[in-house]
Amino acid sequence: MFKLFEPNKIFSITSKITKYILLLFIIVLSIGLVEALFLSPEDYIQSHSVRIMYVHVPSAWISLGIFSLIALLSTISFIFKNKNFSIIAKSLAPSGFVFNIIALVTGSIWGKPTWGTWWAWDARITSMLILLLFYAMYILAWRIFNERENVIKITSIIAILGVINVPIIKFSVDWWSTLHQNSSVNILSESTIHSSMLLPLLIMTAAFSLFALLIFLMKYNTELIKIKNKGLDRL
Amino acid sequence: MINEIISMKGYGLYVWSAFSFTLISFATLYILIKINLVKEQNKFSAKFGLLSKERVKVAEIQSTNREILASRISSKI
Repeated sequence: MFKLFEPNKIFSITSKITKYILLLFIIVLSIGLVEALFLSPEDYIQSHSVRIMYVHVPSAWISLGIFSLIALLSTISFIFKNKNFSIIAKSLAPSGFVFNIIALVTGSIWGKPTWGTWWAWDARITSMLILLLFYAMYILAWRIFNERENVIKITSIIAILGVINVPIIKFSVDWWSTLHQNSSVNILSESTIHSSMLLPLLIMTAAFSLFALLIFLMKYNTELIKIKNKGLDRL
Repeated sequence: MINEIISMKGYGLYVWSAFSFTLISFATLYILIKINLVKEQNKFSAKFGLLSKERVKVAEIQSTNREILASRISSKI
């Protein structure tokens, strides 16, 4: 099964599809922005400030999803000593890190008109900040340590420790009394968000996912070329 | 009409700054990753150009090496 993920096979696909993903991302983002900023209704309590949800929520979802994926890939890479899985995990980190920053900053901007403060040491916000620290540690570890065996071990440990925080983030609003509201979109139970707001939210999530995929493919290609550069030195 | 869109009943500053921050972050990340990719492609081409004929033949056996050189040309276009 691992042979499907061999760099030589993946590179021929990833180097070609990035421009199509970029085009698709621009189209979906444009539709999403029109829906989010102009066509979706204002909230009866939060008024127009609710529109911040269309950038805040998808960013938070994607940053959590990417970190979970990094942890899974790191674990597989650590157990099966598969180098390519660690390269895939490494390539996912920059977009996850930026989405985490966007979630925190836009949450802070949303907090000011809604709660009257830019920041609160509330369980959801603090646990998201901790996730950002894990992202930073993970990216820095790849930069600091040079020896491949060591770096895979260290980054895997960071990812596995960091993923413990993911369910804490998810259930923080249920476990503790927080300023942050409970989730309105649920997969297992009924969502409490109206379809007129759910549609732009889903379109923006699709656009952000495409952007994460685009950045991942570009970063993955960069990593493979770096390896090939070292290969040319050995010829 | 335009004033209404910009001010959003007093929430415009918050909404526009959140969307602007998101789009600027996207653009910055894309540019940084693209610069790194092009830098590595250029480094690869420069190294490839310095190889002897025999080593070029060996390097060209690997399809990924050919793909990298081809992708560098297409990204210039």
